[in-house]
Amino acid sequence: MAVDRLSLEIPDRSITVLVGPSGCGKTTTLRMINRMVEPSEGTILIDGVDSRRQPVNILRRSMGYVIQNAGLFQHRTIIDNIATVPRLLGWSKDKSRARARELMERVGLDASLAKRYPYQLSGGQQQRVGVARALAADPPVLLMDEPFSAVDPVVRKGLQDELLRIQEELGKTIVFVTHDIDEAVKIGTMVAVLRTGGRLAQFAPPAELLSSPADAFVEDFLGADRGIRRLSFFSSAGLDLLTAPIVAVDATAQQIAARADAGAPYLLVTDVDGKPLGWSEPDRLTAGRIDRGRLLSHGRPFVAGQESLRAALDCAVLSPTGWAVAVDGEGRAAGVVSQQAIGDAIRGAHEDSVSPPKALR
Amino acid sequence: MNVLNFVSDFFSDSAHWQGYDGIPTRLSEHLGYTLEALAFAAAIGLPVGLITGHYGRGGNALSLIATAARALPTFGLLVLMTMLIGFGMLPVMIPLVTLAVPPILITTYEAMRSVDPSPVDAARGMGMAETRILLQVELPAALPLILGGLRSAAIQIVSTATIAAYVSLGGLGRYIIDGLYQRDYEKVVGGASLTAGMALATLAVFWAITKVAVSPGVRRSA
Repeated sequence: MAVDRLSLEIPDRSITVLVGPSGCGKTTTLRMINRMVEPSEGTILIDGVDSRRQPVNILRRSMGYVIQNAGLFQHRTIIDNIATVPRLLGWSKDKSRARARELMERVGLDASLAKRYPYQLSGGQQQRVGVARALAADPPVLLMDEPFSAVDPVVRKGLQDELLRIQEELGKTIVFVTHDIDEAVKIGTMVAVLRTGGRLAQFAPPAELLSSPADAFVEDFLGADRGIRRLSFFSSAGLDLLTAPIVAVDATAQQIAARADAGAPYLLVTDVDGKPLGWSEPDRLTAGRIDRGRLLSHGRPFVAGQESLRAALDCAVLSPTGWAVAVDGEGRAAGVVSQQAIGDAIRGAHEDSVSPPKALR
Repeated sequence: MNVLNFVSDFFSDSAHWQGYDGIPTRLSEHLGYTLEALAFAAAIGLPVGLITGHYGRGGNALSLIATAARALPTFGLLVLMTMLIGFGMLPVMIPLVTLAVPPILITTYEAMRSVDPSPVDAARGMGMAETRILLQVELPAALPLILGGLRSAAIQIVSTATIAAYVSLGGLGRYIIDGLYQRDYEKVVGGASLTAGMALATLAVFWAITKVAVSPGVRRSA
């Protein structure tokens, strides 16, 4: 049995991710929604109406469907691929194509690709076409079956970000199947973890999933570093950034001396625009003759307030000095923060967000 | 060389270019038999191949029938049919169609089976009806192979339609059979080279059809 007594309420206008090991019935569950698989018992209600109440092809045209390898029609141009469902719905050719052009722009495809054939596009571009085709008739529901599994990690990240952006604009009810828990946690509003045999193990928002997995199966499935991954849900806005241990590359001797005891063992040197150059011990800095080549690398800085505590911690761990560099939106140094301070912020965030474990009540 | 002399003599003889035994008449007769047999064979082989291929069932039965049909000797069938039915078009058409159906049937079935399943799944998920999936998704993708099957059937018919002359009909076979009886080898070689030329022309025609009918997206990605 692929799916057994699964009961799930999928919230409107949000992304619900079905995730689980292979053979857990996640794809079967998705395909039951548009009746590509008919359930042997039970019902699927869409806005309270049994999905079997309307003809199957009418139901399917009201839902976008995106599959793993995009499944584009190789004999049709990109624009005609996207126009498929509008044409099925009886729109005129011109209106369908105008709509298709609109969607190419929406999913970030260059208009020059309209007359190309699928084989001329990269895997990532093909998948964008797949998403555009699913959105063409503006369906309220979007079903996505491992849509990004077949592309490389860099392209996948781009597609995920793009999906989140499109979702912000369009607010569809998306059901998304993946076997990748990181993808689930990244894009899901709600995540349903299924176990083999099609049983629901846990249905929760991603942050809750990471903080309190329902059982050993879910915990195991989430992987070893779920604590670290959970930090992606905490903003770095609450960090106390120190601005004192920062000197510009053209600093005077007094400035360097004044900042030497600013509370950090190292000073961050920036260029005249305020962009970080690297770290140095204060006594190795000589006014007017700061040698950029002798500075310690500052690693990848994080964008203060915008990126998460996970990014901040990562910066601190990677930094040779143990201090993370925060920058503003333009890449200018906004402050520095120690591993210790980040650790304090993490503890604080945990206390704010998690109710005490049940055993302690 | 002897044979080349035969050919040039045959074609330069103006008597061979006119009348009921002239090259234009025999060519158009031959073409007529070929088109008729191909049309019948396609009318049987294409729908059966498309439908069985689409549903993926009956492949074993098909290959059994096709193998059996291939095992039938065309000439034997012609003689048998003529004895059963008498002289006429029908006893010629039956062996020609029997010859042409198997390649059409089998390649069409295989072509449909080899279509990438993911666009078909996508089409179904988007709410396309089965007929539309067959005609607008699977057929365009399978078309190069299907045309290949029709092409080999057509070439087999062109070369085999010469047997029509055995049962008093026309076509290019007339030259070969009459030439053999009359020991007029110029005529035999002339008829044979016309038949070969027509087979090559058939190849060219199918090449052109493929150019026009197959989407560039399929041609390049296949």
